[in-house]
Order: sequence, then C-alpha cells, then structure tokens
Amino acid sequence: MPNINLDNMDNMQFDVLKEIGNIGAGNATTALSTMINSKVDMNVPKVDLLELKELPDLLGGAEEIVVGILITLEGEINGMMMFMMDQASACRIVDILMGKTTAIEEFTEMEYSALREIGNIIAGAYLSSLSTLTGIKIHASIPYMSIDMAGAILSVPAIEFGKVGDKALIIETQFTKDDSDVNGYFILIPTLESYDVILRSLGL
Amino acid sequence: MGIMVKVGMADLNICSSPDALTTLGLGSCVGITLYDSVSKTAGMVHVMLPDSTKIKNNENFAKFADTGVDALIEKMVLAGANRNRLIAKIAGGAQMFAFSSNNDMLRIGERNVEASKAKLASLGIRIIAEDTGLNYGRTIEFYAGTGELYVKSVGKPLKIM
Repeated sequence: MPNINLDNMDNMQFDVLKEIGNIGAGNATTALSTMINSKVDMNVPKVDLLELKELPDLLGGAEEIVVGILITLEGEINGMMMFMMDQASACRIVDILMGKTTAIEEFTEMEYSALREIGNIIAGAYLSSLSTLTGIKIHASIPYMSIDMAGAILSVPAIEFGKVGDKALIIETQFTKDDSDVNGYFILIPTLESYDVILRSLGL
Repeated sequence: MGIMVKVGMADLNICSSPDALTTLGLGSCVGITLYDSVSKTAGMVHVMLPDSTKIKNNENFAKFADTGVDALIEKMVLAGANRNRLIAKIAGGAQMFAFSSNNDMLRIGERNVEASKAKLASLGIRIIAEDTGLNYGRTIEFYAGTGELYVKSVGKPLKIM
C-alpha cells in the first residue's frame, strides 16, 4: 500500500520533491541554453502544492489559451510530466529558435514541432536529473502537444492527481534570455505508487 | 439578469431562475447538468473520475461520476426540485492530447462520459443533449430560467443545446 498522501505530506517529503524540482529545472535550463546556443538564465523555481480547484487559475485563468506539452512516463516510475507555457512565452520560444515573430494563430507544423522539441528537451533534462538522483530508470514517451484553454489542458494532470488526493505538485520556473522571459510550469505526476518508489530510492 | 455561479473542478452547485451555473475550460472532466423545468432548478457537477469505489481518497463526492450525481440530486431535491422531473445534459470528456497508445490513463475523458451516462441511466434520468469527446476544451453555461446549456470552445461557434 502506498504510504504517501499528498494532502498530508510531511515537511521532509515535500522538501525532497521540491529539491527534485529545483535540480530538474536547473538541468532543463542548461539543455535549453545548449540547444539555442546562448546564455539562458533561470530564477529559483517555485514549488507549490496547490488545491486542484486552484490549478486552472495558474496561467491567468481557466479560459486562457496556453500551450501544453505532455510526456508519459513508464518504467519503474509511471505517470506523466507536463510542461506548460502561456501564449506570449510560446511565441518568444519560437522567436528565439527560429528568429521570427509569429502569432500563435499563425503557427504551422514547423512552429509546433519546434515547441514540441523544446518541451521534449526540457522534460528530458528534468527526468534525467530525477533518474540520476534516484537511480530509477524512467522511459519517456514522445511529446504530445495541445493548444487550448488552460483549464482543459490542466484537467489531464488534475485528473491524475485527483486519484491520489485533492492537491497537485507544481513547479514554476522562469527562463530569461536577453530581455525576453519565458514562463513555464512543470507538472510532474507520478502515480501514487511511483511517489513511494521515488521517496524510497532516496532512503525516505 | 441573474448571477453566474461558478462551479470549479470536482465541485457542484445548484441555482434557480434567473441565475446560471458555469464551469470554465472543461477538458477530460465531464460537466453533468440536471434540470427541473417546473421549479426551474438547475444543478451542475464537474466530475473528474468515473468511479469513487476505485479510489482510496473519495471523500469529495463531486469528484466522481457516481457519487457526484447522487450528491447533486440530493441538493436539488432539498432546494425544491422533483427527482422524477429531472433531465440531464452533459458536456466535456475530451481527449486533450492525441495519444496513439491505448493507455488507460489517457482514455479518461471517454471513461468519464461512459460512467456519467451509466449513472444517469441507472437512476432513470434521460440525457436530452450531449456534446462530448473529441479533442478540445469547453466552457459551459447552464441557465436555470430556460434549461439551456451553452457550450463555448476555442475557434468554434457557440453551441446552444
């Protein structure tokens, strides 16, 4: 029986999950910086346990159009990982990568695939740090992307968290290149059993 | 003009004419609305998961299709609705990401819709309209005065059912 409960987690467990978030986001920044061959700064990620019903308000409200990139996890840890950003950030990433300004409505398969790749790199870096830290093998799927209302996209991770409790673990990070900020949110959603695997691998 | 009452994720609420209920950005969750056209009582529940008996932490009734519908009916009856007059409209249950795999975790929208329909059928409540499935989010508004359900999606015309 899993012995972790997200609604009632002790400080030690929360700190560990937070630290995994920090390290993962740090690695993701390095990967991003390598990909675009330019310095990228990252602020200290904010890690939060949010009530499920507060979740849709994260990115400016449930009806705000956002980009969500989802990767499913298999192996010793099962679950999913999501990277979300607002429209402005998605446009900035496309701008940084492809050197042109395009409105989100005008995105073609070219821009989509650039965004998916970014999501893939960021999530991959995050997962590899988790894997290194814990010694757990994690297999990630290809990235899936959806551009829709924040509430609708967030319903996917929210449902997974909903099986476990009424709270979700969110890691907010901000990348900066020159003067353009890219705000992104990571949501790591291991299954309940996988939380135990993670914590146990760290001796907790 | 009545007030618009917000129903959050894993949440339920009721209202009567001229007010309305709304839930914003419904994805794989399902919005189940019930209506008594005589007392003009409207109810809405935003369910996230099909079955409360499969989950350990199931205190939040509104989270599940089975217990959510029961809790909503109870609340509506207390407010003066007649159980035998209730009719249902449902929306949501989208598959937000186009997965190729048949992973159960990813078919949750479809399962939510199936469970909602099964629950309503077991109570003998007729579903007179639905806008479910596909791959996009929906904002719904349910008007107690008329029993009309408005469905709004990105880049699509308003649907009134």
